Amino acid sequence: MSELLGLENLRKVFPVRAAAGEPAGELVAVDDVSFTLPPGGSLAVVGESGSGKTTVARMVAGLETPTSGRITLDGEPREAARAGRGARKARARQIQMVFQDPYTSLDAKQTIEAAIEELLRAHFDWDADRRRERVAQLLAQVGLDKRQGGARPRALSGGQRQRAAIARALALEPRLLILDEAVAALDVSVQAQIINLLADLRAETGVAYLFISHDLGVVRQISDDCVVMHRGRVVEAGRTTTVLDDPQDPYTRRLLSAVPRPGWVPRRRATSGASA
Amino acid sequence: MTAVTSTPVTAAPSSRLRRWRKVDPVLILSVLWCALTVLVAVAAPLLAPYDPSQTDILAAAQGPSAQHWFGTDAVGRDIFSRVLYGARLSLLGPALVVVIATTAGTTLAIAAVWFGGWFDRVLTRVLDIAFAFPPLLLAVLSVVLFGPGLTAPVVALAVAYTPYIARVVRSAALRERHLPYIESCTLAGLSGPRICVRHILPNVLPLVRAQAVTSLGSSLLDLGAISFVGLGIQPPNAEWGLMVSDGRTALLNGSPQESLAAGFMIIITVVAFNMLGERLAERAEVRA
Repeated sequence: MSELLGLENLRKVFPVRAAAGEPAGELVAVDDVSFTLPPGGSLAVVGESGSGKTTVARMVAGLETPTSGRITLDGEPREAARAGRGARKARARQIQMVFQDPYTSLDAKQTIEAAIEELLRAHFDWDADRRRERVAQLLAQVGLDKRQGGARPRALSGGQRQRAAIARALALEPRLLILDEAVAALDVSVQAQIINLLADLRAETGVAYLFISHDLGVVRQISDDCVVMHRGRVVEAGRTTTVLDDPQDPYTRRLLSAVPRPGWVPRRRATSGASA
Repeated sequence: MTAVTSTPVTAAPSSRLRRWRKVDPVLILSVLWCALTVLVAVAAPLLAPYDPSQTDILAAAQGPSAQHWFGTDAVGRDIFSRVLYGARLSLLGPALVVVIATTAGTTLAIAAVWFGGWFDRVLTRVLDIAFAFPPLLLAVLSVVLFGPGLTAPVVALAVAYTPYIARVVRSAALRERHLPYIESCTLAGLSGPRICVRHILPNVLPLVRAQAVTSLGSSLLDLGAISFVGLGIQPPNAEWGLMVSDGRTALLNGSPQESLAAGFMIIITVVAFNMLGERLAERAEVRA
């Protein structure tokens, strides 16, 4: 089986500063995580906050350096973050990322068009007309019109900003797009639109997704495979439908039973109600 | 009886309109005064009724009259003309100080934030030490090096003001540095200098602007004080701080026009710059 992204025994340890009454120590955020993602695939990393899923995403993106372990892209190890200009640009065209909060992930002083154009100018040797064409194409792809493209983030809604962030991330035609809780900050109806958009974009461009989420409903819609993380470790991995329909690990079952649905009663309330 | 209060339905004002409505008289007066002094400095030869260095012993130490609106000084020079011409050197000094200090302070601050690590720690320490030097002491040292005139106090104050600018900009830039949009620029393969100049700088610029305008006021005051004690601009040049000093003898003899006129100009201009800087800072805060 071909492989786009490979993680081997990835580990990240953060030093913890001494708090009042506690000695300085170490926090193992990610512990021995391995998985692979095929080209054009979609893999979700699921877990509650603090499970290490975002740290995994940041290491894959190159925003954090693994303490140990290997990250490979097309079988080649990812180069060190601070390399020369050529390497830096090559890295950028491999992996791009969409962040959770669309209110801080775009430069407030830049119009959406200018933000996309800046990347095109930095990476491609195109003339102004060609760049303008590509900007228009990208905006159309994510469903933003001309006026929204010319606006600053402040004038756009959360969903529109996230569309803009996706357009910007796709401008470099990356092989892999990391979506770090990319729909978590949006209203449910907008969430559904963005999820549909992401599905369409994957079909159109063949980009692979590494989708970080705590929302199992969203994960089911967007991913082929999923990895469940708990306290830095992978507790369960497999096809998304298999994992979510027939969970083997007790933690996955707990996660699933915590999803609100019709007739659902929060566990704590249920027990206190029973004892009353 | 029910009183029907009709609520007029008005269109929500656009953000630009609302910003205009919020403009207060203090701000308008400050802007007008600052603009006026700059205009006076530029157009002094056209506006001044007399040559500012033309002495006339026969008309010395006169009170205000139709010929001499603010009277004349001890050697018969027209005080009104000297106040107008004085705007030139009085504003040129602060402008130079602020341009140098703002450029140096902002550059250092953004570089410190970008590189972080030991560079940031060393710079922060150096700035802490620089805070301990009073501007006037630096000015004295500078006069020893450069001799009296415009250069010495400007260099001294530029050095003294850089830490203030750098500290404010550093904290603002630090906040921006860790926002996802900067990380996304890094991931997009943009170079460090480009991210600093095209992304961090524009986002801290409102604050830089506010700090620069406030510094204009305080450096005008400091430069005036340096001239007053005789370390800055030298006679027979017209400069407000120097004029306050020149007018002291006349002041004791009962004709305070020269010191009063120049002192008044200093105070009002400093207040105007401070008010303007304060309002700009408020706006920068609102946006952040």
